[in-house]
Amino acid sequence: MSTYYASLLAESGVLLLGALSVYIILATGQLSLGNGAFMGIGAYLSSWLTVTMNVPLTLALVISAIVAGVMGAIVAFPALRLKGIYLAMATVGFGEMVRSFFLNFDTMGGSGGFRGMQHIGVGYIWLWAGGILIAVMLLERSRVWLEMQAVHDDETAAGLIGLNTVVTKIGAFAAGAAVAAISGGLFAHHNVYIEPANFGFERSVEFVLAVILGGSTVAPGSLVGSLLLIFLPEFLRPIADWRLAAFGSLLVLVLLVRRQGILDRSLIRTLTFRRAAA
Amino acid sequence: MLMQQLVNGLTLGAVYTLLALSYSLVMGILGILNLAIAELFMIGGFIGFTLIDAGYPLPVAVLGGMTGAALIAIIVEKIGYQPLRDAPLVTPMLSTLGFSIILQNIATNIWGSDPLQLPIFGEQFEIGPVRIGEMQLIVLGATVVLVALTAYIVQKTPMGRALRAVAENRDVARILGVSADRLMMMAFILSGALAGVAGVLIALHYGAITPYLGVEIGLKAIAVMVIGGTTRIWGALVAGPLIGIAEVLTVAYGGSQIRDFVVYGFMILILLLRPQGLLGGARSDQGQRV
Repeated sequence: MSTYYASLLAESGVLLLGALSVYIILATGQLSLGNGAFMGIGAYLSSWLTVTMNVPLTLALVISAIVAGVMGAIVAFPALRLKGIYLAMATVGFGEMVRSFFLNFDTMGGSGGFRGMQHIGVGYIWLWAGGILIAVMLLERSRVWLEMQAVHDDETAAGLIGLNTVVTKIGAFAAGAAVAAISGGLFAHHNVYIEPANFGFERSVEFVLAVILGGSTVAPGSLVGSLLLIFLPEFLRPIADWRLAAFGSLLVLVLLVRRQGILDRSLIRTLTFRRAAA
Repeated sequence: MLMQQLVNGLTLGAVYTLLALSYSLVMGILGILNLAIAELFMIGGFIGFTLIDAGYPLPVAVLGGMTGAALIAIIVEKIGYQPLRDAPLVTPMLSTLGFSIILQNIATNIWGSDPLQLPIFGEQFEIGPVRIGEMQLIVLGATVVLVALTAYIVQKTPMGRALRAVAENRDVARILGVSADRLMMMAFILSGALAGVAGVLIALHYGAITPYLGVEIGLKAIAVMVIGGTTRIWGALVAGPLIGIAEVLTVAYGGSQIRDFVVYGFMILILLLRPQGLLGGARSDQGQRV
């Protein structure tokens, strides 16, 4: 495998984790357009831990995930008051605030960025990405997921039958933030250089794009979406300058004709030759 | 020095006002956030910039930016909103996000990603200690005229009355014989035109433009709209100058980097503590949108 394709594969692993972070939050009916911020928190914290404190990378990633998870829960608390578009706008604001914080955070380079991380290979990234994907797929078979779906479908009804919707929504935010932080830590140690602009609005949009295109009702949809976003431009070389426009059009098209995204439950059944449940 | 900052803040605030008005025309009436407005603003700026560069006078440039942005708004409405209007409100927002990605890419390919520069438009006047450019006066004047025009259309014309009826209750408005389809289109066109003019004005005021103008300034206008109140379109009149001045003062006395922090922080506080915005009415008439 050439180093070029290896780096593309690494990028899609990072994107897969970012997409899953959006997917987990979206499963409770909350759209976050600010997950780039959690990714940034993970990237900066894990880099600081490995470079300045000489913490081993895996431990640094776990610590970053926990810290970001706690921050996600703190952010989710006030966000409980907001729904739909208003929540999305608040998360945009949160994302821009975190980016602007890192721009001013001179201890770690401010706008000049931060470097000095040890480079990691594509294998290590996919160990995390694959592991977390499987974890989310296992989660999808659990009772917790059913509760999340109930909150997604009708929050009032879910509350009426005795589910604790507050815990479910905050938990989803915390888990999403933790996954985004791991994505950021891996990104930082693969690129060996980070700057605040890496974690702005465009990054958050990229995550959402991967989820919506790939399939927003099943976890492997995020895998399809992130591979698509990274590898499709390789096949579109002649129109390389227009790849973003192509993705934009694809997004609109998917929303118009197949709102659940490319991959959904019935397509998975067809692909695995299983008969549809009666 | 302070006076000078106030004048500069007011100019920026005027552009925010136009943009926030553009967002809230769609948000207040249809309840959806049209994210493509940020890029309509940028495209409008580029069209105006190109026309000025080609030697056309200012009114032609403003009209060009306005028409261009309004035409694109029609496309966004037809493809991105019309078929999805019965979907959950987040879905059309995502499709307008798709359009904003497309528009930014088109602008980058046509005009390049490097900033385009023009000499600062018009003369500079000294009034006492304050220095004010001709372009600043034009920005302020144009904003006053456009806001008045929008106010007239929304408050006094039959179309404006119908728009407000649709905002109040779409189904009842339809029963009463208001053609909701045509009005949604009108809301998009009006809002696109305002965004286009705002783009031309800011591009000529700064004398420079990049394809990232939409993300830098256009997104912040969402914060301005929220601070003013999303369901009352007049909130923009208060919030625009307020944020413009706050931003310029933050840059002058606190460093340029923290201004976004301040603006978005203010927006989140408003969302949490007073979701109806500074000028919003009682919470009881918020409906299910918040």
